[in-house]
Amino acid sequence: MDIIIEGIKQAFILLFTLDPEVIGITWLSLKVSGIATFISLLIGISVGTIIALTQFPGRRIVISLINTGMGLPPVVVGLFVTIFLWRNGPLGFLEILYTPTAIIIAQAIIATPIVMGISLAAIQQLPANLRLQILALGATRLQMVWILVKEARLPLLAAIMAGFGGIISEVGASIMVGGNIKGYTRVLTTATVMETSKGNFDIAMALSIILLLLAFFINAVLTQIQQRERPR
Amino acid sequence: MKSKKSILEAKNLQVRRGGVSVLDISYLGVPEGKVLCLIGPNGAGKSSLLLALSCLLKSSQGEIIFREKRVGSNYTVFDYRRNLAMVFQEPLLFDTTVFENVAAGLKIRNVRQDKMKRVVEEYLERFGIGHLAQRAARKLSGGEAQRTSLARAFAIKPEIIFLDEPFSSVDPPTRESLMGDLESILRETRTTGIMATHDQMEALRLSDQMAVINEGKVIQVGSPAEVMNHPVDEFVASFVGIETILSGKVIKRNAGTFSVSVAGRDIEAVGEARPGESVILCIRPENVIVSTGSSKEITSARNVFSSVVKRIIPSGAFYKVELDCGFPLVTYVTNNAREDLSMHEGMDLTAYFKATAIHVIRKKLLPNSGE
Repeated sequence: MDIIIEGIKQAFILLFTLDPEVIGITWLSLKVSGIATFISLLIGISVGTIIALTQFPGRRIVISLINTGMGLPPVVVGLFVTIFLWRNGPLGFLEILYTPTAIIIAQAIIATPIVMGISLAAIQQLPANLRLQILALGATRLQMVWILVKEARLPLLAAIMAGFGGIISEVGASIMVGGNIKGYTRVLTTATVMETSKGNFDIAMALSIILLLLAFFINAVLTQIQQRERPR
Repeated sequence: MKSKKSILEAKNLQVRRGGVSVLDISYLGVPEGKVLCLIGPNGAGKSSLLLALSCLLKSSQGEIIFREKRVGSNYTVFDYRRNLAMVFQEPLLFDTTVFENVAAGLKIRNVRQDKMKRVVEEYLERFGIGHLAQRAARKLSGGEAQRTSLARAFAIKPEIIFLDEPFSSVDPPTRESLMGDLESILRETRTTGIMATHDQMEALRLSDQMAVINEGKVIQVGSPAEVMNHPVDEFVASFVGIETILSGKVIKRNAGTFSVSVAGRDIEAVGEARPGESVILCIRPENVIVSTGSSKEITSARNVFSSVVKRIIPSGAFYKVELDCGFPLVTYVTNNAREDLSMHEGMDLTAYFKATAIHVIRKKLLPNSGE
């Protein structure tokens, strides 16, 4: 029991004294997962929308691949990104293995199918005639797509939450492609794993609490936006 | 119906889906400033025709000609669509306020803010939803939502408005007032309308022209009276009902009744109507009685006409008898009645029907209707 109480105490001390190392780790986690989410939104929403609005041979197979991708195991992504970025791997010349960029790439690969799958479903659940209605109002194709995305904005916010939530808490890929280098590629999850294995439960707990708070605040903000949209 | 004033024409229009022909229109012309109703049973291809005419459904063959310009050549589908508006059976509103919904078409066209606001307010008022401007679209009742959809369509001042069963998802009292508003705005703005409906009363009330559609083909085109009284085939006859449809002008109003002049004869009907107004009278065959007696006889039926039997057509358990009273009139008689009257084509009969048996459809008056 002592271990828990001591851990919580230590965690709050680290939090409130704004321990530079903890702050650094938190900031890096936010930055890496934020950028990765942003990239996944760009790719996921646009490709998801295109697939939702077009008919082509093999469309069903593509959709089931995307849906499978929503449950992509981070360690598998980590493994493949590592192989690609390995010194004599296909992209080894980039020399970005064990850098924050590598983590961003791996996390974006994990989040993209999640965002894509949810976007696809969100656009598909709009009434079939809505597209025709928008075109009949004189919209260009681009205007139509923009209006459809706006119409699907609430489920799309869910896509952001799911994408970000999936990667901020992910550890396997980050540790494999980032290497958990102190002050460089150490993020909240990889630091927690390391401190736990070293028996530093207090620090591990502090990091976990930060991770939870972070996930909570970001989702709270998005939920707020989503629910405010529900008019009186 | 090759009118010189067709604003829109379809020639050899074909739509195929999965190798099956869903639409095959050799020619259809839509007169400018008039309302054309496409009537036919569900699945007849009315909606497909509306979508194909508005180029929202790709046709596999054929031409759409708008104001003598062929759509799809130099004149693009996009340019063409900017002259149209569409109202579907479902209101299909955007998830925002009523005001923003009505503004949607104008925003798409980048209309200036102040002008946009003015136009939107005008149409909100026009459809009686001004007080709902800031209401969220998804909080509206069915009727309010459809009003918003109509206002959104009219706000872009379309040259042609396409209406796909616009009233079928609203309840009857709302439908009535909505139809009245639509009718007056169509007449006032002289917007060409093309409406798909399976309800013949709706079609009778709103249309200047009627096209009967079945199995993806146009079976008959004509004025409502033509189509109703002279169906070209069995299908049209059974679909439009075999009622007598007469159009006339109200000449005089009495207490609770009014007189309508139809082909020089006066018919008395019950209800409210102003002298000078155009009305359509529908008389069901079962409400018409014939006798060999004189038309001078006094009966409780307000309408008594001498007539000539034009045709006697056996229809199952009874006979359908077409009479000529100066206007066409249809009645049903049983075989016994036919024998007792020793009825034959060319004989004189007196036809009776009550003023209360007439279904009256009032046509909105055209303001300054000096075409």
